[in-house]
Amino acid sequence: MVTPSCPRVWREQKYKYRLVGVRCNRCGSIYYPLVRVCSKCKSTELTPVELPRKGILLSYTIIHYPPVEFKKYAPYAVGLVELENGTKVIAQLTDIDFSELKPGIKVEAVFRRLREQGEEGIIEYGIKFRRALE
Amino acid sequence: MRRVAIVGVGLTKVGEHWEQSLRDLYAQAVLNAISDAGLELKDVQAMFIGNMSSGCLQGQEHLGSLLATHLGIQGVAAVKVEAACGSGGAAFHQAVLAIASGYYDLVIAGGVEKMTDVGTEYLTSALIMADDQEYVASTGISFAGLNALIYRLYMEKYNVKQEDIAQFPVHEHYYAQFVDHAQYRYPITVEQVLRSTVVADPIRLLECSPTSDGAAAAVLCPLEMAKEIRGDCIVEVVGSALSTDAISLNERADPTTFTATVKAAEKAYKMAKITPQDVDVVEVHDAYSILGIIDLEDLGFAEKGRGVELVKEGEIAKEGRIPTNLSGGLKARGHPIGATGIYQIVEIVKQLRGEFGKNQVDNAEVGLSQSIGGIGGTVIVNILRRLR
Repeated sequence: MVTPSCPRVWREQKYKYRLVGVRCNRCGSIYYPLVRVCSKCKSTELTPVELPRKGILLSYTIIHYPPVEFKKYAPYAVGLVELENGTKVIAQLTDIDFSELKPGIKVEAVFRRLREQGEEGIIEYGIKFRRALE
Repeated sequence: MRRVAIVGVGLTKVGEHWEQSLRDLYAQAVLNAISDAGLELKDVQAMFIGNMSSGCLQGQEHLGSLLATHLGIQGVAAVKVEAACGSGGAAFHQAVLAIASGYYDLVIAGGVEKMTDVGTEYLTSALIMADDQEYVASTGISFAGLNALIYRLYMEKYNVKQEDIAQFPVHEHYYAQFVDHAQYRYPITVEQVLRSTVVADPIRLLECSPTSDGAAAAVLCPLEMAKEIRGDCIVEVVGSALSTDAISLNERADPTTFTATVKAAEKAYKMAKITPQDVDVVEVHDAYSILGIIDLEDLGFAEKGRGVELVKEGEIAKEGRIPTNLSGGLKARGHPIGATGIYQIVEIVKQLRGEFGKNQVDNAEVGLSQSIGGIGGTVIVNILRRLR
């Protein structure tokens, strides 16, 4: 399992609490997660950008045999989501009955608890997706 | 660049080796390979050791020194090579570079993984480290889950059914019956696959490579030297290429094709001066059933979306056009992660030498192995040719 670490969770807050990627200043390509160099035009000038919070579900799975730190949450669903600007994100799906899962449904980002680092460690938060409320 | 040959191969049976440690398994494979080459350990100058998770599973790093010590050859150059599930293929690639460059004359490409030391959920945590810990592992997805995302995309994009994809593990279990070192030597049916436990929907247990212990090794040297070491049958490494891709599948335009496979294969075919039609026997990296199908397509043996037809039409059978995974593959031979890429090399060498027993392909001359790290973030393609 991943080694518990307060500094890591603290450092990651700024891009895990919101959907933050980067946009290439030269060619406009968007990356999530952020990268240091644009793979298309090789520019090193990239600016953080907050990504759209709505998208559609492209694919999903239901995890029955989880990594140890997620054991108490199983079974749970994880999806591949395409955001409104075309960026793709892997995230857990929450507040949804498994029978509603279907490629093409509209989903939106919400702020949720991700995992806990044992009895004495820190609790990690971040983005999950739920069915879009309309 | 010097031409590179393989003069010895060795392996352990793949399975649950409760009484053997990582170092025991590795030493057995190396001793078998050295003996097969008719050489002695003192001839070895360097070792590249494929392994993914010894730090996580055994609390043990620094395998180069550890395993050189256990074999009594401390002093040689020895390092662990890690590229997730492609570690074995990557270690072999490094060994090829070491000989081709002229830097060393006798090198061991080894691989070892000891997976049964921990429970399933700890193993699941170790394996997802093959993907991005910060952005992907933190979602709780398992490695099987990543493959499941691709599986569903593939079925939808190409209108392929699970019962067709499930024929891949059935094919492998059939051939594993006749392979002494395979983990699961019994046949299964498509019905059994589709009735087995759901691991990560839609992936079923009998579509997943198992938890395996094992080690394998190959002895490499310059071609000219190989002619002196063994006159009978020399296997040359005619192509070896490693390519990377974006580590996570959400960073790719089309997750149903592994660009790293396409690129590594193109380069390896070019080095070997052959086309996919010239390949006589193949070992692909089918950690999950769907990958076997995608691999056949990405390596150029089938059009995209048509991989299942090769399986259904018997083209990957021993008598078929492109005999594939006659070892039982990752599903039935087993998948001791960092060792698997070397098992594939050993199996191809035995096919080219005509030593593969009941699953021997008639007069096989050119063989190809493909080793995948993570969900296609690294792919190594090696092409071997028999010289008589």
